[in-house]
Amino acid sequence: MAVGNGNGKPPVLVILQLTGGNDYFNTVIPYNDEHYFDSRPSLQIPQDRVLKLDDDLGFHPAMGPMKDIYASGDMAVIHGIGYANSPRSHFRSMDIWHTCEPDKVGTEGWLGRALRELDPNGANPVTGVNIGQALPRALVAPGVSVASVADLSTYGLLTSIEQQQQRDQMLTRFANMYGPAVGTGQVMEYLGQTGLDALKGADILKVAPDKYESSVEYGATPIAKKLRDIAQIHTADVGTRVFYSDHGSFDTHAAQATTHAKLWQDVSEAVQDFWDDLREHDAHENVVMFMFSEFGRRVRDNGSGTDHGAAGVGFAIGPRVRGGMYSEYPETRPEALEQGDLVPNQDYRGVYTTILEDHLQLEAAPIVNGSFEAPKYLRTNGH
Amino acid sequence: MASRQEIALMSHLMRRAGFGAARDEIERYCEIGYEETVEMLLDPQSQPPVDDYTLYRYHPIVEVPGGASAPGQANWLYWMVTTQRPLEEKMALFWHHVFATGNSKVDNCNHLLEQIQMFRDCGMGNYRDLLIRLAKNPAMIYWLDNNENHKHAPNENWGRELLELFSLGVGHYTETDVFECSRAFTGWTIDAKMPRYPYGRHPWKFSYRPEDHDHTEKTFLGHTGNFDGEDIIDIVLQQPACPRFITRHMYNFFVADEPQVPAWSIEEPRNPEAIESLSQTLVDNGYDIEPVLRQLFNSDFFKEAQYQKVKSPAEVVVATLRLTKDMTGPDPRLEALGKEPGYMGQDILDPPSVEGWHTGREWINSGSLVKRVNFVSDRVSDAELPGVRSMLDYVASNGSAMSPEELVDRCLDIMGPMEVDERTHGELVSHVSSGGDIHVASDDFEERATQTFALIASTREYQFG
Repeated sequence: MAVGNGNGKPPVLVILQLTGGNDYFNTVIPYNDEHYFDSRPSLQIPQDRVLKLDDDLGFHPAMGPMKDIYASGDMAVIHGIGYANSPRSHFRSMDIWHTCEPDKVGTEGWLGRALRELDPNGANPVTGVNIGQALPRALVAPGVSVASVADLSTYGLLTSIEQQQQRDQMLTRFANMYGPAVGTGQVMEYLGQTGLDALKGADILKVAPDKYESSVEYGATPIAKKLRDIAQIHTADVGTRVFYSDHGSFDTHAAQATTHAKLWQDVSEAVQDFWDDLREHDAHENVVMFMFSEFGRRVRDNGSGTDHGAAGVGFAIGPRVRGGMYSEYPETRPEALEQGDLVPNQDYRGVYTTILEDHLQLEAAPIVNGSFEAPKYLRTNGH
Repeated sequence: MASRQEIALMSHLMRRAGFGAARDEIERYCEIGYEETVEMLLDPQSQPPVDDYTLYRYHPIVEVPGGASAPGQANWLYWMVTTQRPLEEKMALFWHHVFATGNSKVDNCNHLLEQIQMFRDCGMGNYRDLLIRLAKNPAMIYWLDNNENHKHAPNENWGRELLELFSLGVGHYTETDVFECSRAFTGWTIDAKMPRYPYGRHPWKFSYRPEDHDHTEKTFLGHTGNFDGEDIIDIVLQQPACPRFITRHMYNFFVADEPQVPAWSIEEPRNPEAIESLSQTLVDNGYDIEPVLRQLFNSDFFKEAQYQKVKSPAEVVVATLRLTKDMTGPDPRLEALGKEPGYMGQDILDPPSVEGWHTGREWINSGSLVKRVNFVSDRVSDAELPGVRSMLDYVASNGSAMSPEELVDRCLDIMGPMEVDERTHGELVSHVSSGGDIHVASDDFEERATQTFALIASTREYQFG
């Protein structure tokens, strides 16, 4: 098992996916840049409302709690993330982020591969936990099981069988029926593994809500509920190393002004509550959170929203993060744009590499399919 | 009396072309004959429509316009569970998978239901007609921002998805085509929505605004002219990729699981001959859908594809409610039941994005499997439900005593008929055997039979349909 970080516990990663394509240009705003104001006739944020981070850049006004985290030194803002030849399709772009395969359709996720290294024998079915309805491809890899929990409070199998003894017997039969069977075909084998993992994972996770107590009151938003479920499982100490959750939709083609503000308000508040909660449980030292979106949006607004673009922004948060700005804000001059979009200058696989090598202590190249420039936004042990 | 094989084939047809059917219904269809049953399915007008008067009388909430998805989901669930026109309803679900439109953005469930009604009315008709109606459908216009697609500020959301997801697939057009296509649909909009407060919601209507339409020349897929949206659709229909894309969707939905849609530009169909043949039929019939469905359901590749598809959550929920007769009409739990497919990963009327749902094995993860197993086993283990009573009567009709194998086989027969692998069969038999001999008249018969139903519902095999 990996060497501990800070509080002596193995490193834990929390991914928060901003689904739909977050508008980078109105998230981290170059508030002295004439090109910003020129290309955002309808959606510009006035200079005096921008939450200034330094002499050039500031956050959207709805991101107050994010600004506080940045000011505390626990947040890295990673500029210009993306990859060449953005297809500007949600589905395809998300697949590229999930699989690290920009040139072909991959079926294995980067975190699935990481989980296979973290738990090579699949000993713990909750090494990876997704909080949400559907399992993201990032977590999928053959032989890797991930618990996917829509609602932590009601998780279990054959719950209608009231007599506990009968139910236990049936669950034993279930385990036998789902046991490994060679030659039954890929889908059946996948189902078998999934069934066994569901059974075991449910047994482990059912203790989390009972053990949890906190003075932090999360908001009533979906993302707050998801991050609270993560906090419950993390503080229950059941060995989860990778958590995944998402929020959206950031696909703001129209009526962006109100929608984008609400999205960031909900996310910022939930993220702040989550870290407060972890700190209250002294369970924060070994955690890194990474937030990303599948692409940024078009530089010029379309009158009420923005269309699909290319370069985006990532955020890494946690006590192990060296706060500050990484990579560079892409050039905003009209002639520097590609198809009207900011050009990525930081490969997303380099950003993953830092997480894998400096946090999870895994060899990154086989997981991200190559070597990429990795910004040093995390403290390594002892430094 | 129909043979087990005939029953199995008819059950297969009803699972795919509808939402399953109870045994008495299957036997009636077998008497009519397979091809004749296909014809009946293709002619929904021959059966009475859903009694929506009763629905609205008992559940007025489900027609209240609004941003919440639940009333709309309850509304559609009622149609799926009570319909006597199974294929008409299944086609509406099919087109909802393809033309995925979500309330997360549309925020007007009644307009989504209007789109679903359009799919019911035209889903087996002509594909050109359907695309044109779709381009003018208010929910779709708002969903893909065509109301923001202006002469001097084109918005390419609808233009792109029309080509990528609704007709051709990635790789059959360029970025320029997307832009030119979008320009051709400028001015296709909805009447301005009045402010919601303080007046409440107002219905949307399609509106064409010539002054906001780009009347200049466009070059699209090699053709140049002053194209309007209908011209664009006509050019799209001339592309060889178009019939293949649509029939591959039909194969994926009705026959057997294909890879996920984004892989289609790279991976061959699992049965290229079938796709070619269905595509030819589609083109030969001027893009009429009905002849393609007729060919599909009567084909050997369809008949041989029993249990080769992972059931979608909507299929799991609706088929279970129909089989057990847990809900047959107005019901206080309607709104709660409407949310069930969402818990299994398929929020109907609210797909995760315009790309719709990932299907096949991707329906299954440890979370959704738990939900599926629990939803079905909760119901088939409830001997009070009329559908479960009929199933118990069928199981019991084999004589006053039976061996554990006989009980398991009778249960598998009435829940399918389905085949399970040897190990699954062994575990089912062992579970029944542990309770001793089986006498139909004994007190524990019902409990043992319904427990067997529940255990069958929890098997891997039962996840397929």
